[in-house]
Amino acid sequence: MDDKPINQKAWFLVLPVVVTVAFSAVVPLMTVVNYSVQDIFDPHTRYFVGTEWFEQILHDSRLHGALVRQFVFSLSVLLIEIPLGIGIALTMPRRGRWVSVCLVLLALPLLVPWNVVGTIWQIFARPDIGLLGRAVNALGIPYNYTGDPTDAWVTVLVMDVWHWTSLVVLLCYAGLQAIPDAFYQAARIDGASRWAVFRYIELPKLRGVLMIAILLRFMDSFMIYAEPFVLTGGGPGSATTFLSQLLTTMAVGQFDLGPAAAFSLIYFLIILLFSYVFYTALTHLGRGANR
Amino acid sequence: MARIEFQELAHAYVANPRRDSDYAVQRMNLVWEDGGAYALLGPSGCGKTTLLNIISGLLTPSQGRVLFDERDVTALPPQQRNIAQVFQFPVIYDTMSVYENLAFPLRNRGLPEAKVKARVHEVAEMLELTGALHRPGRNLSADGKQLISMGRGLVREDVAAILFDEPLTVIDPHLKWRLRRKLKEVHARLRLTMVYVTHDQTEALTFADKVVVMHEGRVLQVGTPQELFENPAHTFVGYFIGSPGMNLLPVTLEGNAAVAGRARIPLGAVATPPAGARLELGIRPEFLRLSREPTEGAVAVSVRDAEDLGGARLVRVALGEHLLQVKLPEDAEVPAERGWLAFPAQWIRLYADGYRIA
Repeated sequence: MDDKPINQKAWFLVLPVVVTVAFSAVVPLMTVVNYSVQDIFDPHTRYFVGTEWFEQILHDSRLHGALVRQFVFSLSVLLIEIPLGIGIALTMPRRGRWVSVCLVLLALPLLVPWNVVGTIWQIFARPDIGLLGRAVNALGIPYNYTGDPTDAWVTVLVMDVWHWTSLVVLLCYAGLQAIPDAFYQAARIDGASRWAVFRYIELPKLRGVLMIAILLRFMDSFMIYAEPFVLTGGGPGSATTFLSQLLTTMAVGQFDLGPAAAFSLIYFLIILLFSYVFYTALTHLGRGANR
Repeated sequence: MARIEFQELAHAYVANPRRDSDYAVQRMNLVWEDGGAYALLGPSGCGKTTLLNIISGLLTPSQGRVLFDERDVTALPPQQRNIAQVFQFPVIYDTMSVYENLAFPLRNRGLPEAKVKARVHEVAEMLELTGALHRPGRNLSADGKQLISMGRGLVREDVAAILFDEPLTVIDPHLKWRLRRKLKEVHARLRLTMVYVTHDQTEALTFADKVVVMHEGRVLQVGTPQELFENPAHTFVGYFIGSPGMNLLPVTLEGNAAVAGRARIPLGAVATPPAGARLELGIRPEFLRLSREPTEGAVAVSVRDAEDLGGARLVRVALGEHLLQVKLPEDAEVPAERGWLAFPAQWIRLYADGYRIA
């Protein structure tokens, strides 16, 4: 005979999680879904519109522009910050008192709040009073990030590199420190060149941390908001208007809640999809190379 | 293959060594004969790994010279020394197959691919890795990985020596015998100079023709397992080799007898120790005789306890204030409380300040 009492008490044990997840994720998300399929004027006046907002937003040329800019931006960020981060991590001292000096210097940009980073660069890059802006102009290169779209782009990119490369460096550095000395000694005995040591020892051992670095940098850069908002305000024109800024303008500025909700869902799905693709690709890369 | 020689070699990790204790390896002259299977035995931190890294070139000694077959290689980097080294933790190039792992040292030296292939297959054959050649290296078990580490050394022609730095530490006990047998097989076949670092005396004594015992940066004795057992050159060797180690008894000399407290132990010959030296009498537990009745030259002892080791009995007896261990056959009679302990003169060794004088 089974003497265990049959009742529903176990539900109380999962209740805290259910409540927390519901209020932190499910309810807000469903609110967005709610807005995306209805036209809501006030709590009593609302009309079901089906996929109308989605169709409208998918045909919006402002979104197309921002989406293309967003992809170009995130790709550039990854292409610059990942190799640069690995490079800096490789040149850092492995032991000794300079280690802590390097680590503190690297951690500094990470400690600065996003909008302050924007403000710093907004002043630093000004052609009239900013150190960088004046220096570049003095070298004979015309530079004005408020007027020239290319200059604005370069400034936003350089700012992001300044702000976030440290994260990649710290991750890679931790990964490199975890490689036992015996690997380097064996490589010396096997007569491996510096490049071979990097290619066959360091890079494979860094695969795990690089995956984290790429995912974090992709997601973060894809959602960038505060820094370009403070620096350029999305301009000149819409040259540096990325997805989150367009979304904010739409939802808060123009109060187009329906299209903004549809936009949010699409945005969310893109990030989810790409993170999944990156994750799968990187996991398979390591395995595939072994065959 | 090579004969390796240390001339006036010493190494310190600190920049300006002044005292003896600054040196990880004390000044020494030592020869590793061509084709010998050596075990480098000593407790952790005695300088074994330092010595090994000096042979392989990972470390440049702060003093002295290293010769391979009379050629001075002191300043040469590891890749120019034709040395193979197997580390405590298996080193495998993760992204490479077993074949590529074995081919790596040859490809780094720019050998033609046909030659690489021939060498890799030859070595894989010898190590019984042929079936695994195209598997990813990292999927192999720890002992398989250690074989590959060794193979990467063997694959080069004219390997001068293979160095092992405690290679069995991370290997499962039931696989250790397999790898050790393989090592001996390779040695028998290629007659390479092998140096095997370990702190495990069983491993050292089963692997090596000659054991080099190190302690605090000094080589105390180089000898066959039998020599180390019967004639330890230093009290540390006596204590470190054997299970349990040698009994050591502080004594003074009176004519041809050693005196410890009230006990007089007759010696075979008269020894002349250096003046003022601290004298110790050493004898293996296996060679002591314990009986119930007094015999010629025996001294009275009190029996403390007896331990059954399965194949033998270990009896602890007190001679004055000193405890001695006696290893008796399983069926031997153990006297209760009091007994007589005889020291066969041919097995008594005398040590002055740790070093053997008789």
